[in-house]
Amino acid sequence: MSLLQIEGLGIDFGGLRAVNDVGFSLKPGEIVSVIGPNGAGKTTLFNMISGIYAPSRGRVVLDGEDVTRLPPHLLARRGLSRTFQNLQIFQSMTVLENAVAGHHLHDRGSVFADLLALPASRRRTRASEASARALLDRVGLGRACQQEAGSLSYGALKRLEIARALALKPRVLLLDEPAAGCNAVETEEIDHLIAQVADEGVSILLVEHDMKMVMRISNHIVVLDHGEKIAEGEPAAISRNARVIEAYLGAQATEVQNADG
Amino acid sequence: MIMRPSNKVVTLVILAAIILIAPIFFPSSYYFRVGSLIFVNGLAVTGLVILLGYAGQISLGHAGFVGIGAYACALAPVHLGLHPALAAILGAFLSAVIAFLVGRPILRLKGYYLAVASLGFGILVSMVLSNEAQLTGGPDGMPVPELGLRAGLKTIGIDLSNTEFWYALSGLVLVVGAWLALNLYDSSTGRALRALHGSEVAARTVGIDVAHYKLQAFIISAVYASVSGSLLALQNKFVTPDIAGFLHSIEMVTMAVLGGAGSVFGAILGGAILTTLPQVLTVFQEYEQLMLGLIMMLVMIFMREGLLPAIARRLRGRGE
Ligand SMILES: Nc1ncnc2c1ncn2[C@@H]1O[C@H](COP(=O)(O)OP(=O)(O)OP(=O)(O)O)[C@@H](O)[C@H]1O
Ligand SMILES: [Mg+2]
Repeated sequence: MSLLQIEGLGIDFGGLRAVNDVGFSLKPGEIVSVIGPNGAGKTTLFNMISGIYAPSRGRVVLDGEDVTRLPPHLLARRGLSRTFQNLQIFQSMTVLENAVAGHHLHDRGSVFADLLALPASRRRTRASEASARALLDRVGLGRACQQEAGSLSYGALKRLEIARALALKPRVLLLDEPAAGCNAVETEEIDHLIAQVADEGVSILLVEHDMKMVMRISNHIVVLDHGEKIAEGEPAAISRNARVIEAYLGAQATEVQNADG
Repeated sequence: MIMRPSNKVVTLVILAAIILIAPIFFPSSYYFRVGSLIFVNGLAVTGLVILLGYAGQISLGHAGFVGIGAYACALAPVHLGLHPALAAILGAFLSAVIAFLVGRPILRLKGYYLAVASLGFGILVSMVLSNEAQLTGGPDGMPVPELGLRAGLKTIGIDLSNTEFWYALSGLVLVVGAWLALNLYDSSTGRALRALHGSEVAARTVGIDVAHYKLQAFIISAVYASVSGSLLALQNKFVTPDIAGFLHSIEMVTMAVLGGAGSVFGAILGGAILTTLPQVLTVFQEYEQLMLGLIMMLVMIFMREGLLPAIARRLRGRGE
């Protein structure tokens, strides 16, 4: 039984068919990666699934419920959470507050209780803070808690976004290039973290250009090119697929060679 | 500047200390009057900090709510027979309802669109107050009844002069207002507001109902403005439509931004400076307005985040 099901999803921007007729499904605890060249439509696909863009065609079904075009905050209530390729950090809040903000659905209450700092309100904040600290430790930011988020490095902010997304206690987690801009050690840490989270039963949809990571941790891979799904399957099959090599992996390999040489 | 929980206590203690100690140095009762004006402005600006500093939403029409609070105290005692204190509460309630109705459509707008829409609301209120002359006395204004609380205090042995009384009452309300705003800052609601200020899209994906929280901030700040208007009307015992005017709205936003819209204490400081500066600058005689404008420009050019945050940053920089 799939937790997230995407059916014939598509969107047009003016005349541009950015994504067309994309479908796949995601089981609990499964890691599915979406790969493809720059501009293939990966982020656009994420934006449709997470309710930021309204798709022109197709459906998104979450745990049996049609959630197409539901706004992001209602999708969050149903257990869907995400990170962003172009960082979306609450810059002027501390690292801790960013992670605490991710607990919004667990600590929201009456505005009067918040204005009067009633014990119930303070208790909710303290509980979120404790959970946020644990999550920050988990992503290796435990010691940066009191820093202003804006002062962190790019790689650290990527991990902060993961901590914030995990704060929702999601059932489905969408990660858009979580390892971009991270060094080899950080990439490996993120790799482990994703595997761990999936082990706990969270379904993960991953966009990532680091093919070593994708091939290692994915259960299933979906390949996009020019907004269309050109292939889908297990990592081993995808890495041998002629069409995928031509459209994407070939170029990646050349890039790697160039970088090495 | 980032506020830590302890900043709440520090801010409140400093604020209360200033209010209590300052009168020792007052050479005349005129200073109590200036003080209470500062507190009343500070209260309205504290409300704006919640809207502008926390949630990042502009309003150039908040004097409209000041006007509603002020005229509630003028009209409700006469027409509904309410005690002036109850009239102030009625005004705050009315402001909340109107903020709810106005906020829903206009808070969908962003940036300068929101600025213009809120400006329109403020102008609308001041037009109504000027034009409904039978009810409001029109542009000439109307009297406001005595609050009566001072006489009550006298019977229990607390004998304050009129200016002292208003200094104390406005100061007390300001401290309560600051306390509420600082509580909010470090709560789930406050974090939701600051989060949507930082990134609306990220706020929505962590489950924050952005429209709902913007509206809450708008309503809360409207209630602050309304109470400030009531206090102003009651102490002046007279009110004119200017109180709801466009210039007053601009003045409020300027106070908040000049002092530092992100911090409650900064905003109160901004209110204090803009309330007193024109009086201080009278030494420049005909150049008074010129100096005021110049000072405002220089502050914004050299201390973009506002006076208090800039000063705090510099002090911290030296300490390290
Ligand atoms: N809001 C928008 N308006 C117009 N065009 C858009 C919009 N969002 C995306 N596009 C277009 O859709 C196409 C897909 O972009 P998208 O960002 O989804 O690619 P991507 O696969 O995530 O690429 P990358 O690997 O570089 O992140 C691009 O041609 C892009 O210009
Ligand atoms: Mg992308």
